[in-house]
Amino acid sequence: MSSQKQPSMQLTPEIGAQQVELLARLCNAMAVSGDEQEVRQIVLDEIQPYCDQVEVDGLGNVLAMHVGSQAQKVRVMIAAHMDEVGFMLTNDEGEGVFSFETVGGIDPRQLVGKAVIVGREHVPAVIGAKPIHLTTAEERKKALKVEELRIDLGPEGSSKAKVGDRATFATQLEALEPSIRAKALDNRLGVINLIELLRHAPENIDLLAAFTVQEEVGLRGARVAAYRFDPQIGMAIDATPAHDLPAYDVDVENTRYNTKLDHGPAIYLMDGATISDRRLAEWLMQTAEAEGIPYQIRQPNPGGTDAGAIHRARAGVPSISVSVPVRYAHSAASLIRQEDWANTLKLVYHALTRLTPEILS
Amino acid sequence: MSIEAKKIEQDDALLALIKKMVETPGPSGQEQLIRAAILEEIQGSADEIRTDAMGNLIARKGSKQPNGLRIMISAHMDEIGLMVTHVDENGFSRFIPIGGVSPLTCIGGRVIFMNGQRGVIGCERLEPNALPTLEKLFIDVGTTSREDCPVKVGDVCGFERPFLDLGKHLVAKSMDNRISVVVAIAALRTLQASPHEVYFVFSVQEEVGLRGSATAAYGVDPDVGLAVDVTRTGDTPRTTKMEVALDKGPAIKVRDSSFIADPRVVDWMIATAKAADIPYQMEVLEAGGTDGRSIQLARAGVPAGCLSIPCRYIHTPSEMVSRADFEDAIRLLVELLSREVKLG
Ligand SMILES: [Zn+2]
Ligand SMILES: [Zn+2]
Repeated sequence: MSSQKQPSMQLTPEIGAQQVELLARLCNAMAVSGDEQEVRQIVLDEIQPYCDQVEVDGLGNVLAMHVGSQAQKVRVMIAAHMDEVGFMLTNDEGEGVFSFETVGGIDPRQLVGKAVIVGREHVPAVIGAKPIHLTTAEERKKALKVEELRIDLGPEGSSKAKVGDRATFATQLEALEPSIRAKALDNRLGVINLIELLRHAPENIDLLAAFTVQEEVGLRGARVAAYRFDPQIGMAIDATPAHDLPAYDVDVENTRYNTKLDHGPAIYLMDGATISDRRLAEWLMQTAEAEGIPYQIRQPNPGGTDAGAIHRARAGVPSISVSVPVRYAHSAASLIRQEDWANTLKLVYHALTRLTPEILS
Repeated sequence: MSIEAKKIEQDDALLALIKKMVETPGPSGQEQLIRAAILEEIQGSADEIRTDAMGNLIARKGSKQPNGLRIMISAHMDEIGLMVTHVDENGFSRFIPIGGVSPLTCIGGRVIFMNGQRGVIGCERLEPNALPTLEKLFIDVGTTSREDCPVKVGDVCGFERPFLDLGKHLVAKSMDNRISVVVAIAALRTLQASPHEVYFVFSVQEEVGLRGSATAAYGVDPDVGLAVDVTRTGDTPRTTKMEVALDKGPAIKVRDSSFIADPRVVDWMIATAKAADIPYQMEVLEAGGTDGRSIQLARAGVPAGCLSIPCRYIHTPSEMVSRADFEDAIRLLVELLSREVKLG
């Protein structure tokens, strides 16, 4: 649909109280892969005034376009996945007790004793296990499997949930200068950054913003979004693990940290799904150096982002990813530095403003 | 010049071409040098040449006659390699593989980075009887600290090993898939009268998941597609059983674990080989994939197959092919592309 577009804000996007409040709403919302409605609604409400066109496609991606006013524009697709890892109820065992399976990559060892919320009503529940009073020393040595765990809503909750409902961690966002702790920072950080980019859309590009679904289960939303947009350049903005605790550095040098907190946005050269286009990597690094923005190269590792789907769309799209480093990703509580978030937004914004068609020649 | 002398001269030129192709580094995602080297060889022989958004080199020969088809030939030009993940305080580089790299074939190997920097691969002390894993290995480029190490995170290297001519058999670190690249170059040069519009695609990023050929096939939109790649053999001591052997001719793929070749394409290949009296063997590969899959699944679907060059010791520094198989593969490919094609 077309709308009465407001002129995009001229100033460089920044992170302030308003952004932290929006991030809190985004992180506290539930959008387990396949049912992203709650986050999608927030996104639609936030971006509507700043776009030339907004649609929700057949899979539930939000596809928003901001057409730049200058001539000689590059069509840039930026994707941020809206979905998060979580759970799906699989069997009603009565009294509000449900067996469940995980959706996306979750380590079952991190589940025991966690408070969760179930369904669109956010019914409170808990992933229970036998308490320490009753377990033997032998039992405590073994990690429980998902099949041995249950989501317990209590009898009062049983009528409010059904098989097929999603559940996620109940963690509420806490802003603890200089950090933020929340669930689903992977990838509500990308979502909020993409919202901010639309609000401050540079006029030298056509910004094709895809808030994608089902990334955590295999980059599915981005695949059809990229087909639809048919962009000249693709970029995924996401969150990536930081495994940089001092404890891992004690005896021998930590050689496998992926990224480090406080080292700025993480630029990808290769992951399990994409080999980044080197021209785009150079462009990002040059931007960071010119603007004095710290950055790090994400250690080439397995894993994947929406870029993995975008670069293979149609006849091919040079693509890259940039992520905010996140400790404890895909768990009940992950941790970031506000500085890393702000610098990631800054880097992508400035890079876009410097973009010319020559980059592809 | 006698026919004999002419033949020797042509053979020498072909061997020189193989040497040039197999010794040019080009791990997946870093195909710029090998692309330039191929371009040099095909300029003048093609009607149109372009490089697409992913870096695939695409050369068209001929245009579609009323009785012709648009045919895509895909020979991937990338090879396996390594990417640096960390340079430690003493200047040793940790790495991850690009494509299927075995730690067993890495130890003691030599590598060359895209900027020409050379290095060797070492291994940490292993527990008795333990097999090495890639995490235990590192690249030593001859420096002693992170500060003066010329290599940084994200840098890419290929394996380095000179071409070896054993007479009947030829050996190199990248017969997969440069021998097929040479087959495609030779066919492109040789092909004269053809009713078809043939697109020779030298594809990128095959070793990391058939990525380049997927987007190339979308762009070319062919009526029929053929991958040209190597396949393993079952003719070495105590190896996994497989019908294919060196020196028995190029192989016509029936299936691998990535796709089932279109039976009409298989029949076309068999009939052509028989008619031209070219030896061939049938290939049923249990594990492995080729560009045939990505061509087959492009757009609304494409009949696709694969012409394979039998190759021993794939993904080691000493991949071995048969010279006769290689020459017969060129003949078969030229025959396939020279005549009208009627898929059953
Ligand atoms: Zn993510
Ligand atoms: Zn191959």
